[in-house]
Amino acid sequence: MKTKRTRRASLMMAGAVVVGSLWWAGAGWARPEGLSGLGDLLSRKNKGLSEDRWKSILRGAQAVQKTWQDLTPEQEYYIGRAVAAQVFQTYRPLDQAGANAYLNLLGQALAVFSARPETFGGYHFLLLDSDEINAFAAPGGLILVTRGMVRCCENEDELAAVVAHEICHVEKKHGLSAIKQGRLTEAFTIIAAESAKQTGNDQLAALTREFEGSVGDVVKTLTTSGYSQGQEREADTAAVRLLRRAGYPEQAMITMLQRMDERLTHARGLGFAKTHPSARSRANALLKTIEDTRSKANPVRAKRFSAAMQPVVASR
Amino acid sequence: MKTKVLIALLAVSAGAATMVPMSVQVRSGKVYPKPSYLGTVIATVEYGAQVQAGTLEKGWYPVTTADGKSGWLHESALSKKRIVMRAGTTDVGTGVSSDEVALAGKGFNAQVEAKLRQEGKLDYTWVDRMSEMKVEMDAVAQFLTQGHLAGGAQ
Repeated sequence: MKTKRTRRASLMMAGAVVVGSLWWAGAGWARPEGLSGLGDLLSRKNKGLSEDRWKSILRGAQAVQKTWQDLTPEQEYYIGRAVAAQVFQTYRPLDQAGANAYLNLLGQALAVFSARPETFGGYHFLLLDSDEINAFAAPGGLILVTRGMVRCCENEDELAAVVAHEICHVEKKHGLSAIKQGRLTEAFTIIAAESAKQTGNDQLAALTREFEGSVGDVVKTLTTSGYSQGQEREADTAAVRLLRRAGYPEQAMITMLQRMDERLTHARGLGFAKTHPSARSRANALLKTIEDTRSKANPVRAKRFSAAMQPVVASR
Repeated sequence: MKTKVLIALLAVSAGAATMVPMSVQVRSGKVYPKPSYLGTVIATVEYGAQVQAGTLEKGWYPVTTADGKSGWLHESALSKKRIVMRAGTTDVGTGVSSDEVALAGKGFNAQVEAKLRQEGKLDYTWVDRMSEMKVEMDAVAQFLTQGHLAGGAQ
């Protein structure tokens, strides 16, 4: 029969196993502070809980979540909402009901053809009152497009290409992948502890801190550092497939990128140019995947695009 | 005769065996009569609800809801994990694996958002406004048809 001290030592060893598995789960991403944070929590909380409770917590930490891929759609939803709210601190929304209604129709018409048509809170789209050429996809499906980006689009098909690209970032959960593993390790441990007892104020404060850090990681990637070139190309390729499924001409992605390249030549280091690989290189990479190179202009689409977006491109 | 009955029973039980429980992982899942968004919704299933799901076909599961309605749900609305809705009712502490269970309302949740709102750190006004911009599927269907786009959405 084990003594109390031996049992406690076993528990701490179990904790070390959890730390080890979390480290390997996040290889390449893990931060030392995340690991020490777990150790802190173990020693800090050990005082007030029985051993049975701690066994439960440690098992929970092993069981529930380890990396960004384990974030639930509900958690993704709350992260996405905070990401969008933070983007609005820098970019003012464009309060034009007609244009936003059209953008939402276009976005939903594309989303139903995506590999992930349903997210926890659904897809929603909004224009931003900015001349910068840019678009953002907050996790969970809140998609923001600047007036400057709309100006880059000559017709509905090209705007569809922009929106399809952003939907594919949501589909692939690229935003969530920007969250540093250390924050997630810390947050998941708190969540596991929550399952053993009710959330206390200390835990809520700690969780909110990790949440803010996670949101900051995503916003920094969206607005400053950008996704990896691999992720951008993955979103481009998926967007071409999405356009094809929805019936839009795939060529619209190429023409949109070419037009963007021309405009960004004059705006190097700003907005989209800062966070994306060069539009020309993206267009060249996509040429191999395009099955139908016809542009298929359509008068109905041209008319409704013009009616909805003319006030947007004409403003300012 | 007995043999035929036995075969029929076996066939039925084999069919039933292919139905597995799955959980709704979106706030509100909509069940359609066909594997397409362009149809009348025949049932709405809430987050965490369990349905019996058959074999996946081109991104859609045939499902039967708890109150016996049958139709189709897109795979992105469903999870193989059992979604546990309340703290204190979870099996997490007893060592179930993350492949089997997900916790609803845990971690980054409404409570955390409420704290950020309360502290005035983030303004959610426009997040709420854009989240209220809803598009009916009838309007999407019309948009696709009028624009000579794909005829049947999925």
